[in-house]
Amino acid sequence: MKELVVISGKGGTGKTSIAASLAVFSGGCVVADCDVDAADLHLVLSPQVKERHDFYSGHQAVIRQADCTGCGLCLTHCRYNAVESRFPAEGQAVSVQGAPYDCQACDYCERSCPARDNDFIQAMSGTVGDRQRGAFTIDPIACEGCGVCVEVCPARAIDFPERLCGEWMVSETRCGPMVHARLGVAAENSGKLVSIVRQNARQVAQERSIGLVIVDGAPGIGCPVIASITGADLVLLVTEPTLSGEHDLKRVVQLTRHFGIPVAVCINKWDLNPEMSDTIEAYCRGESIPVAGRIRYDRGFTQAQICRRAVVEMAEDGVAEDIRGLWSTLRSGFGAPGSKEIPHHGTSAS
Amino acid sequence: MRIAVASGKGGTGKTTVATNLAYVASLDGRTVAYVDCDVEEPNGHLFLKPEWLVSKPVTRPVPQVDETRCTHCGRCGEICQYSAIVPLGLTVLVYPELCHGCGGCTLVCPAGAVTETPREIGVLEMGWSGDVQFNRGVLNIGEAMSPPLIRRVKSAPPRTDLTLIDSPPGTSCPVIESIKGVDCVLLVTEPTPFGLHDLKLAVEMIKTLRLPMGVVVNRADVGDRLTWEYCNDSEIPILAEIPDDRRIAEAYSRGELFIQGLPEYRSVFRNLLEKMASMSLRTWSVA
Repeated sequence: MKELVVISGKGGTGKTSIAASLAVFSGGCVVADCDVDAADLHLVLSPQVKERHDFYSGHQAVIRQADCTGCGLCLTHCRYNAVESRFPAEGQAVSVQGAPYDCQACDYCERSCPARDNDFIQAMSGTVGDRQRGAFTIDPIACEGCGVCVEVCPARAIDFPERLCGEWMVSETRCGPMVHARLGVAAENSGKLVSIVRQNARQVAQERSIGLVIVDGAPGIGCPVIASITGADLVLLVTEPTLSGEHDLKRVVQLTRHFGIPVAVCINKWDLNPEMSDTIEAYCRGESIPVAGRIRYDRGFTQAQICRRAVVEMAEDGVAEDIRGLWSTLRSGFGAPGSKEIPHHGTSAS
Repeated sequence: MRIAVASGKGGTGKTTVATNLAYVASLDGRTVAYVDCDVEEPNGHLFLKPEWLVSKPVTRPVPQVDETRCTHCGRCGEICQYSAIVPLGLTVLVYPELCHGCGGCTLVCPAGAVTETPREIGVLEMGWSGDVQFNRGVLNIGEAMSPPLIRRVKSAPPRTDLTLIDSPPGTSCPVIESIKGVDCVLLVTEPTPFGLHDLKLAVEMIKTLRLPMGVVVNRADVGDRLTWEYCNDSEIPILAEIPDDRRIAEAYSRGELFIQGLPEYRSVFRNLLEKMASMSLRTWSVA
């Protein structure tokens, strides 16, 4: 069983469109959408969801206002600015979520806010000396679930429930089974969710004797990308002939070198700047990185999306030929047992 | 006025819009800062070509254990939520790449055996591109977490009329870190199914931060009309449209600010700035 991971460094180079087309050409594979932050592959593969699983990861801190004595130790120890004061004292700046400004302590915001809860009114009338019950609350978006406030709270007033961060699904598509996920809005632990998607994709491949897993990865070089590539058989880097594309390609190549993973490059939209495409090829040659394909710019990429299809399902010639060339180059690299050699592509479409 | 330029989908044109906007605003006499928070793959420097003044390493704290003081009580491993510090028999293993720098292990160690030591995660760089102040962070390759570096890049906000924060693509923690605390968010999208799908995710994310937002539709003639329908139905203003002009793509591919060669687009950006100034939490003023 082989695992091919498609990443790019730079966003928008065509990872998802190309991954979908490769899945179609494979004649049957397991597809894994590891761009859990902004998953799009399902839009063209139309998965029928067979299983859904909640993704719980880490914890979040929640203050029980009724037990909070307002001592402020949580605020002192939190390193993520996640603890907020609900009762701004005179002269104290209040951080309203997302929009810090100087607080005059007039309390008008609290009184007029339609989302206020009535604990405020009750607490104001029941203030205990200098300390106020229920004086602090935790911003769930800023909270990193480290548990330090839970540990230090002298009143043990902070709960630490598991955090529901999203869900992952196992589905069926016309190309084969698909494992994909959705990370909750503003949630963390994307790397962990990516690992779960990959593990399950490999498991499905084993169970159903499917020899290939194609992974659609995320842009960047951070934890979701790292979680997508470690242990892969081959990483396909999709780049574009722009200065930004070239710059980002070099960084993501370094990332694959850092983890010792074999890599091949595909230059998408190559004819938008043939000189830059040549520059990128020269760079790859210098780094002994095979260029497995060059794909021409084609508005068919967008048309196919609108039709909810892979690019290669819309026509057989033109750009589809370029992708077919890429696929056959990649496949011959996988073919020889124990060999991870990807031959350099031939010039232009056959 | 602090504006974050974000998207959802990668490659929609955030850096193109942010850098050209910075340039136009500075031409019009505003004091401008451009802050590149896409620390994983920063591109702003390719277009604004800053002269660098400063490059400083940025660190985050990770634990180190003095085994001569360790009593093997295991408290550090109990409090750590990230398996970054793991007591194992008579030794304590530390995995700094997993550490979130919360300070918990240092806090709970009864023997003072755990202290914090700085781990380099990248650099903070500052410079000038003509009259535009240029700040950015560059994450070290192999470093998994960008938020600590992004936090550092944003921690010394420039005192300018306008600060443009170029954020990474997506909707998760690096983006939120980049966007937090701004006055208005500009979402750059393309009118394609992938673009629209990810735009909706980005809108949901920004709603949780309760910030005003507007949309720029880039390559506005390539796809369908669903993006406009969605924005109208959701009452999200479309503040500018940029057509799929091959000359813009070519300038971009060469690392040029397209506004320089195509001055007819300046009014698009000027109008965009004025519209954002009227919907921002804070408008034209020094921070």
